[in-house]
Amino acid sequence: MTPDLSVNVAGVPLRSPIVTASGCFGSGPEMSRFVDLATLGAVVCKTVTPKPRLGIRPPRGAETPAGMLNAIGLQNPGVDAFRAKDLAWLAERGVPAIASLGGVSVEDYVVCAEVLRDAPPVVALELNLSCPNLEDRGLMFALSPGRTSDVVAAVKRVAAVPVFAKLSPDVTDLVTIARAAVDAGADGLSLINTTLGMAIDTRTFRPKLSTATGGLSGPAIRPIAVRCIFEVHEAMSHVPIIGMGGVESASDALELILAGASVVAIGTASFYNPRAAQEIAEGLARILEERGIADLEAVRGRVKVEG
Amino acid sequence: VNPSQVSCEVVDAARIGEYHALGFFEPRIAAAAQPGQFVSIAPPPGGRCLLRRPFSVAATRQDVVEVVFDAIGTGTAWLASRAPRDRVDVVGPLGRPFTIPEQPSSVLLVGGGYGAAPMFFLATRLAGHRVRLLLGAARRTRLLDLGAHGVAHSVIVTTEDGSAGVRGRVTDALPGLLKEERPEILYACGPMPMLEAVAAIADAAGVRCEIAVEEFMACGIGVCWTCVLPVRTNGSVRYQRSCTEGPVFDAAAVRWG
Repeated sequence: MTPDLSVNVAGVPLRSPIVTASGCFGSGPEMSRFVDLATLGAVVCKTVTPKPRLGIRPPRGAETPAGMLNAIGLQNPGVDAFRAKDLAWLAERGVPAIASLGGVSVEDYVVCAEVLRDAPPVVALELNLSCPNLEDRGLMFALSPGRTSDVVAAVKRVAAVPVFAKLSPDVTDLVTIARAAVDAGADGLSLINTTLGMAIDTRTFRPKLSTATGGLSGPAIRPIAVRCIFEVHEAMSHVPIIGMGGVESASDALELILAGASVVAIGTASFYNPRAAQEIAEGLARILEERGIADLEAVRGRVKVEG
Repeated sequence: VNPSQVSCEVVDAARIGEYHALGFFEPRIAAAAQPGQFVSIAPPPGGRCLLRRPFSVAATRQDVVEVVFDAIGTGTAWLASRAPRDRVDVVGPLGRPFTIPEQPSSVLLVGGGYGAAPMFFLATRLAGHRVRLLLGAARRTRLLDLGAHGVAHSVIVTTEDGSAGVRGRVTDALPGLLKEERPEILYACGPMPMLEAVAAIADAAGVRCEIAVEEFMACGIGVCWTCVLPVRTNGSVRYQRSCTEGPVFDAAAVRWG
């Protein structure tokens, strides 16, 4: 019997637990040349802000061992254009969208949430509280329980769909920040955003990114993602988690589910294997069947830790 | 034509001076690719390198697509070690091609190092035009000649050390050529400093110029936004993707420096 992979995460029914990670799949048109979007749970769109953002000057990317660094700076056309163009495209195709919201103030997130209120096909909002490439990194919301709580509470007052808070692994105590998000009303958490890294060209003595530091992603960070999901799930097993971080196979996706993720997002893998998200969605069904696992809830968070 | 992701068989692999040429069997890309477009090839799965490497199409013949590259890092060194019957994972054709004049005209093609690769493909699609080809490199072994005299009416060669052709750079020969030839359009591909200098010379001479750029790309398919260049469009500067709005840009629109 084919296992049932449909999930209900924070009240959002998804036909597959595999979604795309924000910033790694656009809003779908480019990737639909390679992927049948109907095989995915949802498209998690690239982060939008109230006004268009130019993004930062190149170079914006560098390859690192089993990973890559990026510093894009949230280049996007603004939430109004996103709604009119990207969401319209997804709605026409019946593909559920999780909109990712960004900003430099609480108000920025609220403005975006208001524009996207009752905008089909948005089934949830993901608050990008952890982009490492804004002008002032000290202001990253996810570094502080108080600032995380401020954004989540303000968005919850205007949002009509469940709200996920996307957090950074670059903190001393992730559980405290996760708890602040949940106490402020977050319906779920997205774990993890990129972790800060840096690479230097030893011939020119220059950093490989124009901003010097940037977000590290890819298989290099998967163990960090697994650890973060595990810690938060141990502390708050009732909170739904969208897990992401270096997943490139169905087995990797199962690893995040065993750590406590309900849904798994495919990020950097889509860059080097455009079919990755679909292959993982289809592969997950296959490996669950092989292992005699009838449904995902039966294995979620079931890593066997001694002691 | 939409790009596709295909596992392709390598049908030939050769050294060309210091460079490597690889031909792979892929009828759909061979039929659809236009000069200036590129393919991206995946490094071996499960290794330390993740990202695809982008390569301009150097030639298409029957069902084979050919690329030329310099083995400068782990990914390209692995690719250089491929032999016939090996398989490579290819995505293509990608990007915006060069525009080709509708009326028969005089055109000048400038290629620096392995950046000359797309110029040969372009020259094969310029039948009926008067094609002059300017090739340059640091030295003879870094000069890429994929049969220049077969595709161009005339060929000018420069090397920095004088080991082939005229000693100097393509940018030394270019102003005189532009004055003498008054081409309808100038096409160029090569290192970014060369392209910047070529763009300035073309601008000063009032000649339209299209360049194909080589930028770091994580995805090559329009979603990562790492490969951007500042480009003037409708009066304002925007960061445009080399993989999608490029790799061919109007040189006058690029904001250099």
